[in-house]
Amino acid sequence: MPAQPRVALFVTCLVDLFRPTVGLAAAELLEAAGCRVEVPEPQICCGQPAFNSGDRATTEAIARQFIPVLEPYDFVVAPSGSCAGMLRTHLPELFDSDPPWKARATALAGRCHELVSFLVDVLGFEGSPGRLEARATYHDSCSGLRELGIKDRPRRLLAKVEGLELVEMGRPEVCCGFGGTFCVKYPEISTRMVDDKLADAEATGAELLLAGDLGCLLNMAGRAARRGSRLAVRHVAEVLAGRLEEPPIAAPREKG
Amino acid sequence: MEPASLAFRERAAAALEDPVLRTALRRLESGWQQGRSRAAAALPEFEALRDAAVAIKDHTLAHLDLYLEIFERRFTEAGGVVHWARDAAEARAIALEICRKAGAKTVTKSKSMVAEEIGLNAFLEANGLTVVETDLGEYIVQLAGEVPSHLVGPAVHMTRERIAELFARHHGGAPKNDSAELVAEARRILRERYLEAEVGITGANFLVAETGSIVTVTNEGNAELTQGLPRVHLVLTGIEKVVPTVEDAFTLLRLLARSATGQEFAGYTTFLTGPARPDERDGPREMHLILLDNGRSAMVGGPFREMLRCIRCGACMNHCPVYLAAGGHAYGWVYVGPMGSVLTPQFAGLERTWTLPHASTFCGRCQEVCPVRIPLPKLMRLWREEAHRRHLPPPTARYGLAAWAFLARRPALYRLVTRLAIAGLGLLGRRRGRFSRLPLAAGWTASRDLPAPAGVTFHALWKARQRNRA
Repeated sequence: MPAQPRVALFVTCLVDLFRPTVGLAAAELLEAAGCRVEVPEPQICCGQPAFNSGDRATTEAIARQFIPVLEPYDFVVAPSGSCAGMLRTHLPELFDSDPPWKARATALAGRCHELVSFLVDVLGFEGSPGRLEARATYHDSCSGLRELGIKDRPRRLLAKVEGLELVEMGRPEVCCGFGGTFCVKYPEISTRMVDDKLADAEATGAELLLAGDLGCLLNMAGRAARRGSRLAVRHVAEVLAGRLEEPPIAAPREKG
Repeated sequence: MEPASLAFRERAAAALEDPVLRTALRRLESGWQQGRSRAAAALPEFEALRDAAVAIKDHTLAHLDLYLEIFERRFTEAGGVVHWARDAAEARAIALEICRKAGAKTVTKSKSMVAEEIGLNAFLEANGLTVVETDLGEYIVQLAGEVPSHLVGPAVHMTRERIAELFARHHGGAPKNDSAELVAEARRILRERYLEAEVGITGANFLVAETGSIVTVTNEGNAELTQGLPRVHLVLTGIEKVVPTVEDAFTLLRLLARSATGQEFAGYTTFLTGPARPDERDGPREMHLILLDNGRSAMVGGPFREMLRCIRCGACMNHCPVYLAAGGHAYGWVYVGPMGSVLTPQFAGLERTWTLPHASTFCGRCQEVCPVRIPLPKLMRLWREEAHRRHLPPPTARYGLAAWAFLARRPALYRLVTRLAIAGLGLLGRRRGRFSRLPLAAGWTASRDLPAPAGVTFHALWKARQRNRA
């Protein structure tokens, strides 16, 4: 590995639109771990909304757009297990009938990583600049957990955050009910699932609910706000980077 | 059975409000889900067994014609008669013909999902036969005039109180509160029916090519009584159930009960090879086997081939958060849960069932626990692709996707549009940090607030940061 790896930060569409602070936190963590971070353009989205809706043509078109942009980098890192899972495990599948592109996609996929597992497994980064007096619980987002095997990495880094106490839910591995467009196609089921998740999180006595995927976080925070839950919801990168000036997700930004 | 799967969302929404169903489904989590996890943890070679099972199934499917022919030869040598059925209608007609030839008025039946798949009970009853289900769960569901809601536990959606009521209504007497009493009552009634029946119909969990045996697995011994007492035994199963050897069957059997209920082995596992021999006093005089294709042979050569590995353990539904919320009946056809969301479009037609493969968050738990490692999310996604090609999802979903795709393929325009939209939303949501209602977002905001965006996109912030650094 080069002394200072060149990393393309794949911001993800949701972070770009809803929670830019997660992208900044990710960049800062990567820089603290010794990377040169760039955000090459155009990068819009990993293509999952189309991929999981069965629209292969659009998924492929989007992939052909970002593959050449990301190829020059040593690594591609996304603050999301779901988007990293798309890049790492599904990207090559898109080009089964196009061998030259399949080769490119496969080569790129092997260099794509989810943020926290990249910090720990590839960079050996074990410190965390974060500091937060709080009791927190961590939700294992499905794609990160089951497609990429991310389980103890975020917990290991969170354990280094000064002042943070981590408590486990009874069923941290059960889906929160987001599922991309699932949550708007089947809102009743999705709501039941997120209610179960929030009840599990509340039962731990934690005041802070963390996860590594903004989709899940928007779902959990949105439901928590609607129910008047006292849970604050944040992306794990914000806590690890100590970037806490932005209020928790779905919390008021201005006093008033 | 006509699929009611297009109404999945409405049926699921109704199920979510049914307190009896909630109680019943919660038991699955504490019962079979944890049971599987304990059983898997207790067997050091569990993961290796799964690999071996995949290898057995894949090998057999790659040589399905060969093993089916070997099986047919052995089964015939043992004294049985094989009937090949191309589709449901053919299978039903053959079954009726066998019952008629046997002069049957009453047939007993142990649990068979293939019988559900072809709508056998209704067909036989319409032709004047009395069909008696002997699996306790199936018997309960039959009395209630319902269909199974789970592969392994057909009446898993019911509570003891409801069953007691049902028994009292059909058997007379006061409702009993004790499970053992209810079981004893069903057993007493079913015993008489076993002796009346001229034909006993069972499914088969496996067919063993090298011996021509059929293998049945139950926890109640009802398959043994169904196949052993009447004069004619009719087996009904799909062509994908064949395995090459007895040893292969045992490899799969070691996974089946562990994955299904957490048992090391089911209560009763029977290898049955042919009808009673001339010098034997017990057993059926005739044994027939209907081997159903119904689209399976087409699956062998297609993208859904891995689905034919399925051994019908039900682990995928026991672990599926969508199934555990919606219950089996929401799926609107015979096969339910993740395996049903892949199989139902195959058997009942995608036009009438396309909603099912969409009813998944792709959380991947089904694939994680599937004993034969079927990539269920991938197969559901394949159906979504087919549904997309055929324009089956409603216009709102399709146009929404098309609008997003239009923008996502035009990065400069996307940046402009999102920058403006996010600035607007950021401003509107600044005070509360969230929206309770937004145009076009009812699917989200009916039960959730939408967290307000910060007002500036990451890409805009990043450009500013790079400029400041330069």
